[in-house]
Amino acid sequence: MQPIVPYKETIDIIRSAGGEQLYQCYQCGLCTGTCPWNLVRSFPVRKIIHQAQLGVVDFESEEIWLCTTCRSCVQRCPRGVAIIDIARAIRNVVAEVGVAKIPDSLRLSIKNIAGVGNPLGLAPEDRTEWAADLKVKPFKGSGYLYVSCCIPAYDPGVKRVARATAAVLKKLKVDFGILGTKESCCGESVRKAGNENLFQDLAARNIGNFNQAGAGKILASSPHCYHTFKNEYKDLGADFEVFHTVQLVSELIRGGNVKFTKKVNKKVAYHDSCYLGRHNGIYDEPREILSAIPGVELVEMADNRENALCCGGGGGRIWMETKKEERFSDIRLQQALDAGADVLAVSCPYCMLNFEDSLLTLGKEGVIEVKDVLELVSEAL
Amino acid sequence: MVSENKIGVYICHCGHNIAGVVDVEEVADYAKKLGNVAVTRDYMYMCSEQGRNLIKQDIRQLGINKVVVAACSPRLHEQTFQGVLKESGLNPYLLQIANLREQCSWMHEPGPLVTEKAKRLVSGAIKRVSNHVPTVPQEMPVFPATLVIGGGIAGIQAALEIASSRHIVYLVEREPSIGGHMAQFDKTFPTLDCSACILTPKASEVANNPYIRMLTYSEVVDVSGFAGNFTVKIKRKARYVSEGKCIGCGICQEKCPWTTSSEFDAGLGLRKAIYTPFPQAIPNVPVISPEHCAYFLKGKCRACEKFCEPKAIDFEQQDLYIDLQVGFIIVATGFDVLDPSAMTQYGYGRLPNVFTSMEFERLCSPSGPTGGTIKLADGRQPQSMAIIHCVGSRDKNYNAYCSRVCCMHALKYSHLFKEKTKGDVYQIYIDMRCFGKAYEEFYERVQGEGVTFIRGKAAKVNKSDSADDGEKLIVSCEDTLLGSMVNLPVDMVVLCVALEPRKDTDQLAKLLHLGRSRDGFFLERHPKLDPVSTMSEGIFLAGCCQGPKDIPDSVTQASAAAARALAMIAKGKIDVGAVTASVNENICSGCKVCNALCPYGAIFFDESSKVSRINQVLCKGCNVCGSTCPSGAITTQNFSVSQIMAEIEGVLQYERI
Repeated sequence: MQPIVPYKETIDIIRSAGGEQLYQCYQCGLCTGTCPWNLVRSFPVRKIIHQAQLGVVDFESEEIWLCTTCRSCVQRCPRGVAIIDIARAIRNVVAEVGVAKIPDSLRLSIKNIAGVGNPLGLAPEDRTEWAADLKVKPFKGSGYLYVSCCIPAYDPGVKRVARATAAVLKKLKVDFGILGTKESCCGESVRKAGNENLFQDLAARNIGNFNQAGAGKILASSPHCYHTFKNEYKDLGADFEVFHTVQLVSELIRGGNVKFTKKVNKKVAYHDSCYLGRHNGIYDEPREILSAIPGVELVEMADNRENALCCGGGGGRIWMETKKEERFSDIRLQQALDAGADVLAVSCPYCMLNFEDSLLTLGKEGVIEVKDVLELVSEAL
Repeated sequence: MVSENKIGVYICHCGHNIAGVVDVEEVADYAKKLGNVAVTRDYMYMCSEQGRNLIKQDIRQLGINKVVVAACSPRLHEQTFQGVLKESGLNPYLLQIANLREQCSWMHEPGPLVTEKAKRLVSGAIKRVSNHVPTVPQEMPVFPATLVIGGGIAGIQAALEIASSRHIVYLVEREPSIGGHMAQFDKTFPTLDCSACILTPKASEVANNPYIRMLTYSEVVDVSGFAGNFTVKIKRKARYVSEGKCIGCGICQEKCPWTTSSEFDAGLGLRKAIYTPFPQAIPNVPVISPEHCAYFLKGKCRACEKFCEPKAIDFEQQDLYIDLQVGFIIVATGFDVLDPSAMTQYGYGRLPNVFTSMEFERLCSPSGPTGGTIKLADGRQPQSMAIIHCVGSRDKNYNAYCSRVCCMHALKYSHLFKEKTKGDVYQIYIDMRCFGKAYEEFYERVQGEGVTFIRGKAAKVNKSDSADDGEKLIVSCEDTLLGSMVNLPVDMVVLCVALEPRKDTDQLAKLLHLGRSRDGFFLERHPKLDPVSTMSEGIFLAGCCQGPKDIPDSVTQASAAAARALAMIAKGKIDVGAVTASVNENICSGCKVCNALCPYGAIFFDESSKVSRINQVLCKGCNVCGSTCPSGAITTQNFSVSQIMAEIEGVLQYERI
């Protein structure tokens, strides 16, 4: 192996995205130890950070596309190194400087988002198809702007989340509307996958359209959209109040405004999504909702709350191929089964996609169901 | 006002520090033309002997009667130049320093405006010093006794040092016995001396020394006064046992039927409701903890009383408050260990056989709950152990600092484990910090005993789900040197938890007006040049209360603190700085606004005359009071209105020549 020489230019590019903390990493390896990838294969996070410190990152390695941005490492890092931002900066060098190829599976979804504003490449006009028969009103400036997220809007297996959400909001007499074709993908996965320019375009477009529609409060079904609208659009001049559906519903329950009329006699295990949990500190609200549903027995899985095991969908990985033996969602589904759950409750469309997949892979259809928290609420109202 | 001001102005180059940015010759030329200036000079290093001689010469030959030195911060050399004036027969307060370094050359990039700024600063200093008057510092007598707060190794050492000079020292300790954390250790690194064996002789001496008044089971509840003259109120908590009558036979402890968790055994063992914390306790007089005693809770039992031959049990005893007069205080209150329960990933409190460092000490100690045999929760002897470093240290999420002693005690634990069980030991470390005398050699020795080192910060500890592993725990981490994940099956895990400031550090800090550094430990006056004294005159620090350290360093610091106290006792008098504030009682309206503002607690309100008064010893002359007083009743020497206004005029009424 050839002796390496540190390469300053690369260090500077990555550093400007990762901040000075990159230099403060003392190579303890806690990131590697905490990263869920190391349950299924080898992924030396620490080594990549050191390569970044020296500017000798292997941009052609498939490893740089592994990070799901679950934040387990950042949460524990003793030096506060912005590991996710460094991963994003590395991917940005590949995607926009062009030093290597981005994975093929990712390429198609990015192209679709750039072209028609959704990863499935379906027509923008069909974005509100899911609501066709539900009499959901278009957003005209009052109440919440409900942003369903591309997946509940377009994916046939996940449309039920948007539909259940709309049903719940209507039953609870929440004033809301949808924007329809003026809405594009929030761009979260695109940015995490290194496509900063495309993200800026999508964000500018969305912010402009939201503002034009007079949006003040945004309600999101996806924690990824929630996180992006709340924390990342702010840097681009957006000034919205952003809520996730579990926040709104739990608040209504606390206020005594929710009358459940049916029982849901199920043992339910709640899976903490990375973007509600570790990224935004929301752990209690979904549990409050589930505990309030009559008949539901809430059980806790191993590795819950801030220790929750990522489903594997973040960081753009929802668009990428993951080998069968390397899927965290399989492990997580097994944990739900071990906890004795009949239902694995989720609050994120990516988690739903991954767990539905695992259901098939592990052959557990009929043994356990995957449901969104809002679906369970809808069943009980 | 002096009749005729003849001011000498000296501009220092300070090597390149000032001259590299400021045109010092230009400043000197400018100063020459200002009023009352008799001579100006610029020189490379004014603080040097040649520099100082320039001033002395001018005073002698030209009759200079006031001096301006334009140089570095007065914090560094104001005293130096005051000394020069004193030696030349001038009052040292007829001096003003203009800070051309920290407030000028070190703040800016070179350019014409920097020299202009320097000129203004010098002009301000010249105008100000014109208004200076001779000031005489005061002296106060000191009380030759010392209070040591805390009876651990640092407090014990400090007390012994002071007593050896035949001066009275009070040693106040809040536990029933002196000894502190050191009494809990088994062996000590790097010599593997038995901790109790080296501690007990010193502790015994404390008990028997005629100059040491040992007050155990006691706490400091109030402190008033000032350096050389403190009045301290001590609460002597009720032991419910008479110290004078108890002969230390131990029968009461034997007969007491009520047990509770032993604090000394870090919660691993039991003690009775009437107890001495450990067999070699000094004094060997037990205490009753009312929260666990059947008599105090339900009015029953009294077994101890029945069996006590000398009739030393006294349920009617009350807390006793006493006042002590001391000149100086040494704070030696030690540390607490971090509670790792919040770190759910390590399983402390959730999984069996995960221990903290302090708990492991008790397991190894012959006076501990297992008599020194290392046992697992189910009584089996372990065959393997993992020691995890940096638990809550070097971690932004808990404590950013390094706790300094853990690498060494981790090595010690490896040695003890090997000695007692012949089992396997794994060190999960990030760095090995073996900095002290014979420490690196100890590291080498322990490695040689067959300890395995894995470099990586432990990520998690879980129960093994493999049938082959039985009841084992699995420690997961990345071995960063191999670049591979490691899953280590071991019988027990020891967490090297951080040394933290005591939970009540805040209260003690308030009582004594002590600052705290960012890490929460007590703040020393200067981290390098004076880690022993504090910003409060007459109060010193010793041991871990100032920052984590090992026994040699605690002992050293304690001796240093004692030396400082003894130096002041030997002088017999304490210098009160001349720059102090005083209240004109005719103007004072009694509003008390100044009282709360004083950071040194130097202002008190006299209820009878309804005016505020300033203690000249405690006052540091910061003038926060003077600048706030709505009546203008407070003047600070050398910070009079005329002096400050003159300085401002000098800076602003600057005319470009």
